[in-house]
Amino acid sequence: MTPAEVYQKVKERFGEAIESFNEKALDPYIVVKSDAVVEVCRFLKEDPALVFDCLSNMSGVDLLKEGKLQVVSHLYSYPHRHAFVVKVDVPRENPTMPSLEGVWKAANWQEREIYDLVGVIFTDHSDLRRILMPEDWVGHPLRKDFVEPEEYHGISTRRESLLK
Amino acid sequence: MSMAGYEVEVQRDGGLETEEMTLSMGPQHPSTHGVLRFIVKADGEVMRSAIPDIGYLHGSIEKISEKVGYHGFMPYTDRVDYVSAMQCNQGWGMVCEKIAGIEVPRRGEFCRVIACELGRIASHLLSVGTMAQDIGGMTPFVHALREREKINNLLEELCGARLTFNYMRVGGVAWDLPAGYSEKVLAFLDQFEPLVDEYNDLISYNKIYVERLANVGVISQAEAINYNLVGPNLRGSGLKYDVRKDEPYSIYGELDFDVPVGTGEVGTLGDCFDRYMVRIREMHESCKMVRQCLVMMPTGPVLAKVARKLKPPVGEAYIRVEGSRGDMGWYVVSDGSEFPYRTKIRTGSFAAMGIVDKISRGLMIADLIALIASLDVVAPEVDR
Amino acid sequence: MKEFVDGLIANGSFAGMPVEMVYALMMLLFGAIVVFGFALPLVTLTVWVERRVWARMQSRVGPNRVGPQGILQALADGIKNILKEDIIPDAADRRLFAIAPFFVVWGFVATFAVVPFSSHLVIADLNVGLLYITAVTALSVVGVLMAGWASNNKWSLLGGIRSAAQIISYEIPAGLALIPVILLTGTLSMQKIIQAQSWEPWNWFVFHSPFTFIAAQVFFISALAESNRTPFDIPEAESELVAGFATEYSGMRFALFFLAEWGALYVIGAIMTTLFFGGWQIPPVTDNVALQQGLQFGIFFLKSYFWVFVAMWIRATLPRVRVDQLMSLCWKYFVPIGFLNMIGTAVWMVVWPQQRSPARYLMFFLGVVIVVQFFRRVRFHLRRARPEMYYSPAI
Repeated sequence: MTPAEVYQKVKERFGEAIESFNEKALDPYIVVKSDAVVEVCRFLKEDPALVFDCLSNMSGVDLLKEGKLQVVSHLYSYPHRHAFVVKVDVPRENPTMPSLEGVWKAANWQEREIYDLVGVIFTDHSDLRRILMPEDWVGHPLRKDFVEPEEYHGISTRRESLLK
Repeated sequence: MSMAGYEVEVQRDGGLETEEMTLSMGPQHPSTHGVLRFIVKADGEVMRSAIPDIGYLHGSIEKISEKVGYHGFMPYTDRVDYVSAMQCNQGWGMVCEKIAGIEVPRRGEFCRVIACELGRIASHLLSVGTMAQDIGGMTPFVHALREREKINNLLEELCGARLTFNYMRVGGVAWDLPAGYSEKVLAFLDQFEPLVDEYNDLISYNKIYVERLANVGVISQAEAINYNLVGPNLRGSGLKYDVRKDEPYSIYGELDFDVPVGTGEVGTLGDCFDRYMVRIREMHESCKMVRQCLVMMPTGPVLAKVARKLKPPVGEAYIRVEGSRGDMGWYVVSDGSEFPYRTKIRTGSFAAMGIVDKISRGLMIADLIALIASLDVVAPEVDR
Repeated sequence: MKEFVDGLIANGSFAGMPVEMVYALMMLLFGAIVVFGFALPLVTLTVWVERRVWARMQSRVGPNRVGPQGILQALADGIKNILKEDIIPDAADRRLFAIAPFFVVWGFVATFAVVPFSSHLVIADLNVGLLYITAVTALSVVGVLMAGWASNNKWSLLGGIRSAAQIISYEIPAGLALIPVILLTGTLSMQKIIQAQSWEPWNWFVFHSPFTFIAAQVFFISALAESNRTPFDIPEAESELVAGFATEYSGMRFALFFLAEWGALYVIGAIMTTLFFGGWQIPPVTDNVALQQGLQFGIFFLKSYFWVFVAMWIRATLPRVRVDQLMSLCWKYFVPIGFLNMIGTAVWMVVWPQQRSPARYLMFFLGVVIVVQFFRRVRFHLRRARPEMYYSPAI
C-alpha cells in the first residue's frame, strides 16, 4: 500500500487525532496527537491490511526553533513490505507522551534512549531510566540547548588545547 | 568470616533456605564481546534475571555528527560497528545521497557491494570464531581469524586500512579497485569456500557444541519481530527477510543469491544453533555475490561530483542497510545547512540487548554466554 | 627401594640409628629427588609440549624464541611469576588464601610416592598403592574450595564450588573403573599389578576383556574431569569466569595451580599405563640391571606421556561441556557403566577362571584395527590438505 492509502485508512478511523499528513517528503509521515498515538499505533499494527508489526526506529528530535520535541517512529510491515512514519509533537515545557511499549516491545529500549538523550517522558513505561548516560547525569545531551557541565564527580570536563 | 558487602536475598522455599546471588558480569570480561555489563541475579547456577547495563562505550557519535558535517562524519561511522565497518560506511553514504538526491555511479556501486560483502564474510568469521571460543573450543577461533586476516589484507590493499576503513564517500567510493585486485579476490574465494565446509566438520555438528547450543535461548518469530530483532537473529527464528533481497538497494537487485533461514535442524526453531548456522551459510552467499560483482563490473567513475560543503534541502531521510548484525536504520534530519540537524543510527545489536533480559530467565550462566554470542552483539553498536 | 635401603643398613652406613628413622630419612631423600629432579622438570617440559602441540594443531607456531625451539619458555615464565608482586586482596582471608595453592600441589606431588617408574625405582611400594593415589588426589578439592572461598569474590566462589562438585562426582566413576583391574589381580599394589601383565600387548589389561577396555576409557575421561581439563574445564573457563577459583591469584601462587594441573596429567598417564597398558614391562633383551632399569623407565615414561599428549589433543579439539550436562554425564552414564564393568569382570572371571582367556587376542586385534583405521583417516586428510594453507616451520 502506498503511504497515501495508509493515511486514508487511518484518517477514516481516527479523524481529528491525525493532525497532518505530509506526502511530498522523502518518507511520507503523519503527525498524530500525543494522547491518541497509542490507539493509532495499535490500529496500524493490528489492522489486517496494514500489519505494521515492526517498529524499525524511534528517534527523538529537538526542534528548538519551534519550541517542541518530536518523536519520530518508522514502521515497517514484514508481511506486506510497506513502510510508514508516525510523528508525535511534544511541547518542551511538558514533554510527556504515552509509551508505545504496549504495542511494540521494541519501544522499551528506544524510549529509554529518547528519555535519556532528548528528555521526553513516556508515561506507562515499565522501566523509564537512563540507559546510555550514567544514572546521576543531569541534563539531556542531545537537546540543542544542552550545556556541558563543568565537571562530573570532581573530574573537570575542560581541557586546555594541546595546540598552543 | 563472611562475604562482606554483597546483598543477599534470603528466601524460604518450602522449608529450604536459599539465597539469591547478585553477580556483576563485566564490564571487564573476556567473553562479553566488548564492554558490556550484565547484572545477573542467580539462584546457584540458574539465573532469575540478567539485566544489561550499557553505556560504557557511549561516544555521543550522534551529537558529533552535528558538528563535523556530512562528509566529515564518514570516519565516525566506521566506529559504529568496527567489526564490519564497510556496511556502516554504506549506510551513511546512502542516507546522505537520499536526502541530497545524489546518484552514485554504477562502478562505484559495484565497488561498494564488493567491499560490503567481503566485510560481511570477515564479520561472520569473527562472530563464529568467538562463539566457538566462548563455548570452549579454542581452535576454530584461530582458524577463523586466519581467514579474516586474508580478507583484511585484501581490504587493506583496497583502501589502506584494516579495521576502520573510511573507504566510501558521499556519492561513491574514494578509490577505484587497484590493478590485479580481481584475481586476488577470486584466488581468495576459491581457497575460502571449501574451508567453510571444513569448519562445519570441525565444530558445527560436534556433539558437545550441539548440546550447548540446541534449545538454548529460543526466540520465537513473533517475539523476534516484536522486539525488532534483525538480520541473522531474525532469520534464525524462521522469517525469510533480508533487506538486500526484499527492499533492494544499490545493485543488490541484480545479484542472484539466496537468503538462509534457520530451520530448527538440531533443536527448536529460533535457538542459538539456528542463528549460528544462518551466519555460516551467509558466508557462502556472500562469496557468490562477490564473484558475480567481479564479473559484472562496468567501467566508469567511482565517485559522483558532490559539493565540498554539501547542503541538502530541508527534510529528513531514513534508509535501512543490511549490516552483518542485521539491518541498520540510518535517519538524518537536515535543516539546509552543511551540518546534519539530527542523526540517529538504529543498530541490530541495540535491539538484541533489549531482548536478553526476557530470554535469559531460567537459563544458566553458561547459557547466557552462548546466548550473547549467538546474538552477535558488539558493544559499539549498542552504545554508539 | 626397601631392599636398597636394607642393603645400606646391613653395610653399616647408618650406625646406631633406629631403623624407622633410616627409612623415614631415605624416603624423604628419594621423595625430594623424585619431586625436584623429575616431577617439576617434567611439568616444565609439559608446559612447553602443550603450548607447541596446541599451537601446531591450530596452524600456528607457539613459543619458539626463548632457548632452542622455545624450550626455556617455561623457565622464563616461572622466573617472571616468582618476580611478580604477591597480591592478596584486602578482604580475603589471608591464611587460607596463602595456603590454598599448596594443598592443590600437595594433591599431585604426593602421588609420586607410589608411582612405579621401573621394577626397582619406586619410593614406596605400598600394598594399598591404588587406594592411596585415589585418596591423595582428592586433596585438591580442599585446595580448590579454599581458594574459591578465601578469595572473597563471588566468581571465584562459583568456580570453586563447581570444581569441587565436579571432582567429587568424578571420583566415583574413576574409582569404579579401577575395580575391574583390582578384581583381576586381587591386589592394590601398583608393582604387583604391573607384574600381573607382561610386555606383549595382548597381555595388557586393556585388551583383557571388553569390560576392561571400556573401563580404561571411562577412567581416562573421569580422570580428565577430575583434573579440570577440557572438555570439563568449567572451573577455569576463561570465557565465563575469568579464571574461576584462581581469579584473584597472581604470580607464583597462580602458577602453582597450573603446575598442579599439568603434573596431574602425568599422574593420570602413569596410572593408565600401570593399570591397563603394561607399565614398565619390556621384552627380555638384556641382563644388565642398569640398562634394564633404564629401558623400563624409558618405556614407562613414553607410555604415560602418550596419554598426556592425548589429553592435550582433546583440549585443542573439543568445546566445553556445561555444568549440568557434566553432572548428568557422570551420574547417569558413567556410574552405571562403571557398575556394569565391575559386574561384567566378575562374571568373566567366573566363566574363564584362568587369567588369560582367548578373548584377549580378539580384543588386541580390535585395538589394532582401531589404530590402523585412525592412521588411514589421517592419511586421507593429509592427501586432501592444501599445503599452502598450513604453516610448516621446521618443527
